[in-house]
Amino acid sequence: MASKLHGSVVSSQKNAFVSSSEKLTDKRRVAKMQTSGRAQAQAAEVTTPQESSRTSKLPELMTSSLVFSKRPFFLERSLQVQRTQPNSAGKFGKFGGKFVAETLIACLDQLEAVFAEVLHDEDFQEELEEALRDYIGRETPLYHARRLTEFYKSKNGGEGAEIFLKREDLCHGGSHKMNNAIAQAMIAKRIGRKLVLTATASGHHGIATASACAKLGLDCKIFMAAKDMEQQLSNVQLMTLLGAQVEGVDGQFKDAASEALRSWVGKMEESYHMTGTAVGPHPCPTLVRHFQSVIGRETRRQALEKWGGKPDALVACVGTGSNALGLFHEFIGDSDVRLVGVEAGGFGLESGRHASTLSKGEVGVYHGAMTYLLQDGDGQTIEPYSVAVGMQYPAVGPELSFLKEIGRAEFYSVTDQEALDAYERVCRLEGIYASLEASHAFGILGKLFPTLPKGGKVVVNCSARGDEDVDIVYKHKLFHGALKRTMAQTTPQ
Amino acid sequence: MAIALTSSFLQLKKCEVDFHTFYPSKKPIVSLRRYTTMAAISTTKSVGISETFNRLKREGKVAFIPYITAGDPDLSTTTEALKVLDSCGSDIIELGVPYSDPLADGPVIQAAATRSLGRGTNLDAIISMLKEVVPQLSCPIALFTYYNPILKRGTGRFMSTISNVGVHGLVVPDVPLEETTALRMEAKKHGIELVLLTTPTTPTDRMKAIVEAAEGFIYLVSSVGVTGTRASVSDKVQALLREIKEIAGWGADGVIVGSAMVKLLGEAKSPQDGLRELENFTKSLKSALP
Repeated sequence: MASKLHGSVVSSQKNAFVSSSEKLTDKRRVAKMQTSGRAQAQAAEVTTPQESSRTSKLPELMTSSLVFSKRPFFLERSLQVQRTQPNSAGKFGKFGGKFVAETLIACLDQLEAVFAEVLHDEDFQEELEEALRDYIGRETPLYHARRLTEFYKSKNGGEGAEIFLKREDLCHGGSHKMNNAIAQAMIAKRIGRKLVLTATASGHHGIATASACAKLGLDCKIFMAAKDMEQQLSNVQLMTLLGAQVEGVDGQFKDAASEALRSWVGKMEESYHMTGTAVGPHPCPTLVRHFQSVIGRETRRQALEKWGGKPDALVACVGTGSNALGLFHEFIGDSDVRLVGVEAGGFGLESGRHASTLSKGEVGVYHGAMTYLLQDGDGQTIEPYSVAVGMQYPAVGPELSFLKEIGRAEFYSVTDQEALDAYERVCRLEGIYASLEASHAFGILGKLFPTLPKGGKVVVNCSARGDEDVDIVYKHKLFHGALKRTMAQTTPQ
Repeated sequence: MAIALTSSFLQLKKCEVDFHTFYPSKKPIVSLRRYTTMAAISTTKSVGISETFNRLKREGKVAFIPYITAGDPDLSTTTEALKVLDSCGSDIIELGVPYSDPLADGPVIQAAATRSLGRGTNLDAIISMLKEVVPQLSCPIALFTYYNPILKRGTGRFMSTISNVGVHGLVVPDVPLEETTALRMEAKKHGIELVLLTTPTTPTDRMKAIVEAAEGFIYLVSSVGVTGTRASVSDKVQALLREIKEIAGWGADGVIVGSAMVKLLGEAKSPQDGLRELENFTKSLKSALP
C-alpha cells in the first residue's frame, strides 16, 4: 500500500520550498481539475469568441523557421485563453480524444477517475511533495546564464534580453521525466498494480520509471527500440541495475511505444501503462502535463523573486511535448508571455529527414489521439529523424497541437547541426552540458534573441543533462571535421 | 444484431464470459428492422453482411469469417486467397488494409502489415485488386482498417471508394463509440455496414449503445488482448477447432479466424504452398462449425 503521512497538515509545517502563493495556486488548480477531471464533467473550456476567426488567420510565420516578428501580432488582441483543460471527451478543441480499441476504454476511464481522486487527496499530494523535494531534489534552480547572454548581446549591438535556464537537468535521474514518473508510479501503487509498463526513447524516461518503481517496490518492464538500446547502452544497464526488465523492439521509439500499449491491452488487470510524455489517449496527455506543470509553477515564483516580474518568453524543445507543456502550462493565461517550442529539424525541413511535426505534419489520429502527425499521402506514418533520439516521434502532444491552432504558442525548427553547435556553446560559455534534445531549445536563441525586448527575460528549459550524449557530439564533430577537411582539399582554389 | 467472435489460440481459455448474460434483453440477436433498411440501400450484386447472417440464422448455421492482410505476400496471392476462401465456404471475408502502426494487432498481423507495406501495398492498389476480384466472389467483403488512413482520404471519399468496388462492411478498431458519428453517417450514405467492436470488459450500458449503433454484425473480441499471438498452426489445429466449436456453442452467430490464416499465407515456402495450405485449413475449420 502507498505509504501515507499521518497527522494533520498545517501549512507552516510545509518546507520553505512551498510558499503560500503556490499552495493557493495549487488549490485553485485542484478545484478546477476536480470539475473537469471526471468523465462526466462539464467541459472546462479554453475557447474564446475570437478563436475560430483567429485560427483561419493563423499566419505562416508561426511555423516558419526564418521569419520572426518582434511580438506575434495575435498577442496584441486581448487573449482570454485560460489554462487549457480538456473537455469531458478528452479533447482540446478538436485535438486529443480516445482513439483506441474498445478494450482500452474501461482502463482509460478508470485512470481518469483515479487521477481526479488523487488530485484532491491530501495524503497523496503530501507524499508527492515529499518525493519532489527529497527524492527528485526540487525545486530546481532558475539560473542566470550571464556568458550566454553576453554572447548573444554582442551579436545584437550589445543589447538584448537576459537568458535564464530552468535547470531540470539537475533533477534526480538527470531529466524532467522523474516529475511524471514518480507521480504515476504512486498512482499505479494506489490502484494495486504490481507491474509498470512503459517505453523510452533516449532512456531518460526509462531510468526515471525504473528508479520510481524501485523506490515504490513495483516491477517494471521497459520497451525500447533495439537501435536506441545500442546507442544508449549505459542507460540500459542502469535500468537493469535498478531492477527493470528492458525489452528490445524492432524499429524506433514509436514502435516501442506501440508495443507498450499492446502489452497493456494484454495485461490490463495486473499492469499499469505509464505514459512518459504528453501523448496518447485521454487522460494520458493531461496526466503527464499536470505532473510536469510543477516546472512552470516554480518558474513563476522564482521569476518574481529574482526580478519581480514574469518571463517575456519561455523556450522549450518539443519532441512530444512533456517538458514544453510543463514549462508553458502555468503561463498559458498570461498573454504577455511568449511560448516558444522548438522541434527537431534533422537534416533540414526540405530534406524530408526531420521530426518537425508541427511545421510539416497534418492532423490525423496517432497512438490514440487526434493531433499533428507526420504522414504520407495514404495516412501511413512517416519515420521521423533527429540526432536527438528523444525528439524522434512522428506526432506531438494534442495540447500543443491545440496551442498551435489557436496561435497561443509559436513553433520553430532547429537542425541537427544547430543543436550540436548549441550543445558545445552552452558547454563552453556556461560549463553546462544540456542533452541534445534540450540543445534544440538553445539552438533557436540566435534567431529569437533579436525579437526579444531589451532588458527582457527569456527562460530556456534545460530539460535534461547531456553527458550521455557526448559520444554522439564527438562522432558528429569528427565526421563534420573530416567533411570540412575533404571539402577544403577538393574545392577548387 | 449478429455477433461474431474472434478466435485466438489459447487466449480463449481466459475468457469465462457467459455470452448470453451480456444481452439482458430477451430479443433475438438479429434485428429484423435493420435488415429491411439495409435491403433498401443495397445496390450491389452480392449479398450484404446483415443479409448473410439472416440467411445463416434461418439455416441454423454459424458464420465462418476468415481474416487476411491484403498484400501479404503480395496482392496477386491475396486475389487468389480471396477466391480460395470464398470457394471453401467462407460466409464473409475480412480483408485487412496494412497500416504502419497497428496498435490492435499482435506480432503475426503486425509482421504481415510490415511485409505488405514493404512491397508498396497501398489503398489504391487494394481497391484496384478488389475491383477485379469482388465480382467473382459470392460472399461479402468487410474491410479492416485503422482510422488515420480513412481520415487522410476523407471519410466520405473513402466510403464511396470502397462502396464502388463492392465492399459491404467496414471494421475500424481504433475508433471508440463516441467518435463514430461521422463514420456512421458517411457509411450509411454509401451503403457500407459499419461493424463496431465490443469486449468482455465493456460495461453493459456502453455495450447496449454499441449494439444500437452497429450494423452488419458486432465484433466481440473474445479475449482481452491483441490479435492471436502464439502457437504454430500445424501443432494447434485441433485446439483451434475445439475453440471454434466452443464459441459456436456459446451462441455466437459467427467466428472470425485471423492470425492463423495470416501466418499460413505469410510464412509459407511459396505463394502456391500457402494457398494450398489455406484451402485445406479453411475446409477443416468450416467443417467444424455447425
